[in-house]
Amino acid sequence: MKVVGSLILSMMLLAVIGSAITLVWARQESRVLFVQWNKLQNERDALNVEYGRLELQQATDAEPRVINQEARGRLGMVDPRPQDIQLVHL
Amino acid sequence: MALVMGLFGLIALGLVARAFDLQVVSKGFYQAQGDSRFLRVMPISVSRGAIFDRNGEPLAVSTPVVSIWAIPGEVLGEPERIPELAKALQMDPSDLKQKLQQHADREFMYLRRRMQPEAADAVLAMNIPGVNGQREYRRYYPSGEVTSHVLGFTNIDDHGQEGLELAYDNWLAGKAGAKRVVRDRQGHVVEDLEQVKDPQPGRDLTLSIDRRIQFLAFNELRATVERTGADFASMVILDVATGEVLAMVNLPTYNPNAKLSNNPGERRNRAATDVFEPGSTMKAFTLAAALSSGKYTPTSPLIDTTGGHFMYLGHDIHDVERGGNGWLTPTGVITKSSNIGAAKIAISLDTMLMYNTYRAFNFGSSTDSGFPGEASGYLKNGATWGQREKAIFAYGYGENVTALQLANGYATIADNGVMHRPSFIKGVDNPAKAIVAPEVAHELVKMLETTTQPGGTATKARIANYTVAAKTGTAHKAQAGGYAKNSYEAVFAGIVPADHPRLVGVVIVDNPVKGGYYGGQVSAPVFANVMTGALRLLDVPPDNIGRWYAGGPVQSPSGLVGSKPPEDAPAEEAPADEVP
Repeated sequence: MKVVGSLILSMMLLAVIGSAITLVWARQESRVLFVQWNKLQNERDALNVEYGRLELQQATDAEPRVINQEARGRLGMVDPRPQDIQLVHL
Repeated sequence: MALVMGLFGLIALGLVARAFDLQVVSKGFYQAQGDSRFLRVMPISVSRGAIFDRNGEPLAVSTPVVSIWAIPGEVLGEPERIPELAKALQMDPSDLKQKLQQHADREFMYLRRRMQPEAADAVLAMNIPGVNGQREYRRYYPSGEVTSHVLGFTNIDDHGQEGLELAYDNWLAGKAGAKRVVRDRQGHVVEDLEQVKDPQPGRDLTLSIDRRIQFLAFNELRATVERTGADFASMVILDVATGEVLAMVNLPTYNPNAKLSNNPGERRNRAATDVFEPGSTMKAFTLAAALSSGKYTPTSPLIDTTGGHFMYLGHDIHDVERGGNGWLTPTGVITKSSNIGAAKIAISLDTMLMYNTYRAFNFGSSTDSGFPGEASGYLKNGATWGQREKAIFAYGYGENVTALQLANGYATIADNGVMHRPSFIKGVDNPAKAIVAPEVAHELVKMLETTTQPGGTATKARIANYTVAAKTGTAHKAQAGGYAKNSYEAVFAGIVPADHPRLVGVVIVDNPVKGGYYGGQVSAPVFANVMTGALRLLDVPPDNIGRWYAGGPVQSPSGLVGSKPPEDAPAEEAPADEVP
């Protein structure tokens, strides 16, 4: 009887110690994962920011005014005159 | 011995009672106190939705910026670092110190809002205790002044203040979330505990505006304003089939990316908020009433416009054409833009019919396009019209309209008499309402086409290979005590192509001082140039191949020759006179 009693007691002691260590391990895991999650979130934010910046850049470069100036100024393009327009019947 | 044991027992009991008190009874209080030391509810900021044009080009984008905030107590704890902090923030050190001291009892204080991320990183890299960065967003408009009136702008808290940014602020802004975090003494976030409120990111908005056509309109309008020395100018282009606004441009304009100037006049979207007297462009609607009444057809009865002057009830109505226009058909009234013709037609019509037709075209009430601050214009109640007033309303004086209303009216004529509510958003299915009979609308478009033929007032609005239906108007500007003698509004409304209308454009140039002032001289070329580009961009097939106007001579078998349309000076508008 006493043996069973002391066996149960020691098992319970081991269980308590095991649960304490598991708690410590879980806490540590949680911190590691939190750091990783934070890093990924920052990455995501950085990518979003980059996307917004590129969108803005594209819009500014494709701005009709800029294209108009480049086309007429640098490339020397003009609107075709009516006499230069040929109408093709398909 | 027993006494000592008893004493120890009592003390132990006291300890247990105290422990019980702390752990169980006052647990809530102490827990809260502990939490308040390091738990914080922080906002999760969301970015504002972007605004795109109908082709997916960004018109307004939010870029991230960093706002530097501080816990004043912490910063004041290391006063020797304040000068370098002030230098990095570009503030005066004594100023900064004073501000910190003013807010010393607070936990939060903005040091500098909306810095560029690189500059903010430099500040944060200094690692001054208590100084932190917060992500915020700033709106940037790639098109700048071209789309500034339609889009509006936002304030420092990223809420729309004017224009569509204001009208759709709820949709664009989203809602900031909140999360509970563990924060250390420096303010750094140690652990994210839970999401208290889900953030709702801002949603994107796709407008019906076409950026390319908007730019074309802006370019032409600016060139015209410079050439004629006008005060203001506006242009509106509507899509006939859906009522969507393809372009809306005003001058003067401003750059929404720069700091706001003190001139609110630049920020008004005049096309929707400013009213003017439509002048002869109203005649199309007078004729709509005439055709609907059954008393008139496009070719009969003939109207005697006499020698150019018509005294009616003490008021002299006159036409510009020297010697008068003689006998005109109702179509001729439009072609020559005869005030006398319009007045005589109006006199013969039932007053309420004319008033109801005008009201049906939505004059006198807002078009409900959703633009904040849109004006309703003014139309006097038909029950109170006198006979002389009726005659004068017929050629466009005494009522007020906005450019958007006028464009909407002409778009109704263009779309078989069906009115769509003008919309700034792409793809919104606005309910259509039949206003006039389709036959009346067709006849009207045919009548309006004659203005671009030789002898009409809108010959400068011709577009090669396309038919154009148009109406020009030249109105004296109202001033205190009557009408200004030498100050005009040059108005123009056009439908293109006339056979299967796709686009409607309205151009208003206010007070042109050089190079003419008639609508047909000043505003019509703007329409022609902008629409040439717009029709090409939208891939609208030409319907009048090889000619400059409907029924005109074919220039050559393989296309048009000559770079300019046949040179007939536009028959002039009659800018009629005084107020009833």
